[in-house]
Amino acid sequence: WVCHTPIRLRELIRTIRTARTQAEEREMIQKECAAIRSSFREEDNTYRCRNVAKLLYMHMLGYPAHFGQLECLKLIASQKFTDKRIGYLGAMLLLDERQDVHLLMTNCIKNDLNHSTQYVQGLALCTLGCMGSSEMCRDLAGEVEKLLKTSNSYLRKKAALCAVHVIRKVPELMEMFLPATKNLLSEKNHGVLHTSVVLLTEMCERSPDMLAHFRKLVPQLVRILKNLIMSGYSPEHDVSGISDPFLQVRILRLLRILGKGDDDSSEAMNDILAQVATNTETSKNVGNAILYETVLTIMDIKSESGLRVLAINILGRFLLNNDKNIRYVALTSLLKTVQTDHNAVQRHRSTIVDCLKDLDVSIKRRAMELSFALVNGNNIRGMMKELLYFLDSCDPEFKADCASGVFLAAEKYAPSKRWHIDTIMRVLTTAGSYVRDDSVPNLIQLITNSVEMHAYTVQRLYKALLDDISQQPLVQVASWCIGEYGDLLISGQCEEEEPIQVTEDEVLDVLEGLLVSNLSSPVTRGYSLTAIMKLSTRFSSVNRIKKVVSIYGSSIDVELQQRAVEYNGNDLLDLLGGNDVPVIPTTMPTKPASAGGELLDLLGDLSLGIPPMTAYNKNGLKIDFTFERANPNPNVAVITIHASNSTEADMTDFVFQAAVPKTFQLQLLSPSSNVVPALNQGTVTQVIRVLNQQKLRMRIKLTYIHKGSAVQDLAEVNNFPPQSWQ
Amino acid sequence: MDGWMDGWMDGWMDGWMGGWVDGLLLTIGITSSFQMQFMLLFSRQGKLRLQKWYVPLSDKEKKKITRELVQTVLARKPKMCSFLEWRDLKIVYKRYASLYFCCAIEDQDNELITLEIIHRYVELLDKYFGSVCELDIIFNFEKAYFILDEFLLGGEAQETSKKNVLKAIEQADLLQENIDYQTRLFAGTVWTL
Repeated sequence: WVCHTPIRLRELIRTIRTARTQAEEREMIQKECAAIRSSFREEDNTYRCRNVAKLLYMHMLGYPAHFGQLECLKLIASQKFTDKRIGYLGAMLLLDERQDVHLLMTNCIKNDLNHSTQYVQGLALCTLGCMGSSEMCRDLAGEVEKLLKTSNSYLRKKAALCAVHVIRKVPELMEMFLPATKNLLSEKNHGVLHTSVVLLTEMCERSPDMLAHFRKLVPQLVRILKNLIMSGYSPEHDVSGISDPFLQVRILRLLRILGKGDDDSSEAMNDILAQVATNTETSKNVGNAILYETVLTIMDIKSESGLRVLAINILGRFLLNNDKNIRYVALTSLLKTVQTDHNAVQRHRSTIVDCLKDLDVSIKRRAMELSFALVNGNNIRGMMKELLYFLDSCDPEFKADCASGVFLAAEKYAPSKRWHIDTIMRVLTTAGSYVRDDSVPNLIQLITNSVEMHAYTVQRLYKALLDDISQQPLVQVASWCIGEYGDLLISGQCEEEEPIQVTEDEVLDVLEGLLVSNLSSPVTRGYSLTAIMKLSTRFSSVNRIKKVVSIYGSSIDVELQQRAVEYNGNDLLDLLGGNDVPVIPTTMPTKPASAGGELLDLLGDLSLGIPPMTAYNKNGLKIDFTFERANPNPNVAVITIHASNSTEADMTDFVFQAAVPKTFQLQLLSPSSNVVPALNQGTVTQVIRVLNQQKLRMRIKLTYIHKGSAVQDLAEVNNFPPQSWQ
Repeated sequence: MDGWMDGWMDGWMDGWMGGWVDGLLLTIGITSSFQMQFMLLFSRQGKLRLQKWYVPLSDKEKKKITRELVQTVLARKPKMCSFLEWRDLKIVYKRYASLYFCCAIEDQDNELITLEIIHRYVELLDKYFGSVCELDIIFNFEKAYFILDEFLLGGEAQETSKKNVLKAIEQADLLQENIDYQTRLFAGTVWTL
């Protein structure tokens, strides 16, 4: 007979920490788990507590501990306080409402809620309030309600938060707690006060009736808050000279909810809000936390304009604070109020613009968003200077959004056409590679409409090409312009600046250079070939142009080949006829573009013969599949999904998932983005690779956020073209 | 038909759990607009020292969230602010010596007061252990949980007086010793975990 007293908890921790490798640790853990398992099997009561505690430690290290779940229940049922303490801790860590055994706790908790020792009652309330399932809450709500009425403040405060959890899980039970809330706010005990305010907040948020009912508490809440501010130093609740900041913040929050949309309530709290706003110490985070909550409340209720200005000014001061965190919340809040209190926020514009230079990425992003929100007809020149400077130097993750923002602002407020073109030029030359694909057709449209600027535009773009042909959007727009206005370019008609001297051959040299350059994407090559074609109607060097075309008639690039072939010969002029519609491909050059024109139908499908298909088309979200065979393994089908959105709102947080039957293997690569822009302004693409030799079937799952709601849909895709899997 | 369904579900689940390159497999969901959803304590090496979850999630989901969040927070530079957006939550974190304290709060919550909540918890640990260090929390993790559970309940502060929280813990500790004293099995030995 060997006496095997289970090793003590701290001893085990010490031992495990001596392991030098993951393997060594795993071995120790496995050994101990085996010992614990056999101890559990022997139904050892003495050391159950110690063993479960050890199990919890190992669980935290990442090892499985499910075999201890039932043991936790046994500990909870024990009469020893240590057992209960560890048992409840174990339940909170190892059991959750998904486990069936979870419900076995209900009876124990019920008994413990009525225990003679308040610390046992406390354990039960804590556990129930932390992880009680809906069924448990339903069964035990009555007990919680009883404890909410006790005079024992230790229990009352816990019961209040437990009630909050019950209401969250089973909202219909809210009514039963109403009577108990009657005199909650008359409590002197801060713990009870705090938790009561939390409970009242929860009820008011969930039920308009409750909200209306509790409005009468506003004067009482105002009084409590006033006492907190006016009372002298209270050592028990003091934090850096402020009395119970946690309670102050919760009261301010409840006042916000009660005052929103209600004139009388808002008026009743006006004075106290002004008082808190002006008297709170701002040297430490704790004071600023209260001020922040106060500002949020002022902005949400029906405050006097003076109070609102006071709130915005507080945010303005926050922006100058050395503490980054304070600057961050200021920018977040200002972003929320910039529409409603535009003028007040405008006054802090220069401080906001300074934040563009901040080192913190989150602060920079907010400052950028806020800056764009503040741009108007009066400040456009100054603001754009700052934003373009920001665009030059910011991290790549900002460039796309910033460029889009600049284009939008320029379109709305450009003081002159020339300024507008110059701004676009600046963006294309400094951040050209980050500009969104859909900007290209928009810019082309813009340029088309600025008739008097055509000569100036084509000249500037031409000069830009001489400097740099690596940025595709710039090159595409420039190519298009040259194709369109090449005659203006060579005739030296520019009025805005000194016209350049350039010959037809020089222009064609540049365009041909784009065709051969490694830097040019297939889309760009398409643009430049089209431009060359168009110049055949504007330039006299038609022979040179025809020569270029015939070269590309046998190009390896199928797209160029088709284009060249179609353009050649006499059909040329007919095709280009009156409708000079720019070629507007979407993100994949193999997909036919959305803009019209016979030009594009000719391009057809270029992906080696497998026709594309529409896999999903619902609620404005359309997902097309295009196909290729992978190299070198022809059994792998490479599918590219193209998601587009025809509704008027963006689809954000877009996630595409796919599953295939067991006999297949599936690989999904990263998507191009997770925002599907509204009104078909762009597509999200993602590549799927499927190893298959049988008829392909797929199930797809789409999730996204549209107009504030989360959308999820499942669909089966059965209409794969036979060529995709044969 | 059965064969197909089995294969289908497996294919789906495998894909689902296997970790797509894109990453985001789940969103935790908004419960109300003010709630702390979880609190994590971890070391600079990414070792978890405490995990308190106030929303129901599977072990697998908790592990994934923990892994991702730990990685994200550890990648932050010292000069950055204490807040970051992560999925649809706000993360408030602060480093005390070698430990990161990390809370996930919801959209409408006040980040600045959450920093105070974290600070209060650290003060409580400090008072209890007497100049607390990471080792105290490693070797006495269950006590760290007990203290947290006397301070917060369901993600909200239940007691705003430092003194009262510490008093409750003290009383509970005494209770543990007293009751166990009465049921001591071996004379002369003090029964401990």
